[in-house]
Amino acid sequence: METAASLLTQALHLALILVAAPLVVGVIRWLKARLLGRRGASPLQPLRDLEKLLRKQPILAENASSISEAAPYVALAATIAAAALVPSFAHGMALAPLADLILLAGLLAAGRVALALAGLDAGTPFGGLGAAREMSFAVFAEPAFLLCVLTLAILAGTTNLDAIAGTMRDGQLGLRVSLALAFIALLAVAVAENARIPVDNPATHLELTMVHEAMLLEASGRHLALWEAQSALRLTLWLALVAAIFVPFGAARPGAGPIAWSIGLLAWIAKMGVLCLALAVFESAIAKMRVFRVPEFLGAALLLALLAVALLFVSTGLA
Amino acid sequence: MSFGQLPYDVAHLLGGAMLLTSFVLLYQRRVPAMVNALAAQGALLAAAAAWQGMVQAAPQLYVTALVACLAKAVAIPLALRLLIRRLDLHRTVETALGIGPSLIAGVALVALAILTVLPVTAGARAIVREDLILALSVLLLGMLMMITRRNAILQVIGLMSMENGLILAAIGAAGMPLVVELSTAALVLVAFVVAGVFVFQIRERFDSVDIGFLELHRGERR
Repeated sequence: METAASLLTQALHLALILVAAPLVVGVIRWLKARLLGRRGASPLQPLRDLEKLLRKQPILAENASSISEAAPYVALAATIAAAALVPSFAHGMALAPLADLILLAGLLAAGRVALALAGLDAGTPFGGLGAAREMSFAVFAEPAFLLCVLTLAILAGTTNLDAIAGTMRDGQLGLRVSLALAFIALLAVAVAENARIPVDNPATHLELTMVHEAMLLEASGRHLALWEAQSALRLTLWLALVAAIFVPFGAARPGAGPIAWSIGLLAWIAKMGVLCLALAVFESAIAKMRVFRVPEFLGAALLLALLAVALLFVSTGLA
Repeated sequence: MSFGQLPYDVAHLLGGAMLLTSFVLLYQRRVPAMVNALAAQGALLAAAAAWQGMVQAAPQLYVTALVACLAKAVAIPLALRLLIRRLDLHRTVETALGIGPSLIAGVALVALAILTVLPVTAGARAIVREDLILALSVLLLGMLMMITRRNAILQVIGLMSMENGLILAAIGAAGMPLVVELSTAALVLVAFVVAGVFVFQIRERFDSVDIGFLELHRGERR
């Protein structure tokens, strides 16, 4: 009975994430357009774009190897696997024992490697530029993420995402300084990993300012649809991760019934709505920073996470 | 009391937010943004003082909160902005150490604060120790800002930030008499006025506020 419920929640969660991902991107674009005084395309537009692109045949460069064909599938598979691990409306899903934060970091890194290799494969200069920038940002973003994981692991006693979310939901930890610092560091890493302003402009058409889109310049047709879907899933995954760790209220406990699931679903939709609005307002309010300032920005996030861990050693008496 | 109880959690969050504004002061390159960060630190200090006044049931801390709000969140940033406008200082700032190494030095100073406070307060509760560590860190980071900036205005900002750290430590300790805090505040205000006069003198003499020019006129050289 327990396993049937957990399997059902896992399947529903996967379906929810796959449907929600293009909607999240569409809603953020619509909100940004409205904040800038434009009408904006419908929030369903990314779904229509995906549908159009999936019907088209991809065109590859003459000197592109099989990496260009395989990379979209590898990246999308890694991102779907990561999205299946992050809880949304219910805890205690079927894959919850596998939902380790370090595994999540590894899956996201696999997606990033596939993207960088695809960018380098055709031999175009902008692809190499984008890949080099993306990897140099990852040098700081990954340690910052792992130090946030360390903070949460010291507080909860485990790196399992389900267990951490459960501990935060029970509220025994209180509002610690280390959690606030880790939250800020995680937000900075999320902005960098999803190629949002201030790190990278997702709507730019100037190749010299691109980081993420530069690696996708050679993709077309079905492959471009898969890359766009992967980027939308990654953004939804990160927003769900922030919501699951820092705002876990309302999620159904393991072994609860359909009523708790519905409450959890409504709570999750509300949380994602608030996060999308916050991201849209934040992106509209500030400007993109210069490319060589981004390592400073991510280095500051890394040092904040390090500070969170150091203060945590003091407060838990391990020092 | 331990973590999970609202009074100490909020006090620690406010102290941690002040530490965060100290790091923002080290990270920023533009002078008007630094004045904003200093005003934010003053406002957080006022909030922390008001919260401590409520928690410790000490009404004199409300006076401290009011003084901190008026002086540090309003008056001193206004005066600094007027100075910046008069001195025409809207360029980015040159640092003696670089932003990245400054941030690393900042974290090293926080580690130093931790290593200093922990053995000294061996018997006290964890909350008191962490409070003291946060206040000492804000003080040391203000000092770091004074050391690594070559611009006279930014050294004044570093001095103000150091004093914020002092007041944060003072309000955390229960039972500190009001006269000590008021006299410290008056002293720093006088120091601010004197520093402002010096900045104008430097500007008049050298047509710049880069204190590197002072090196040529030190006594040891011919």
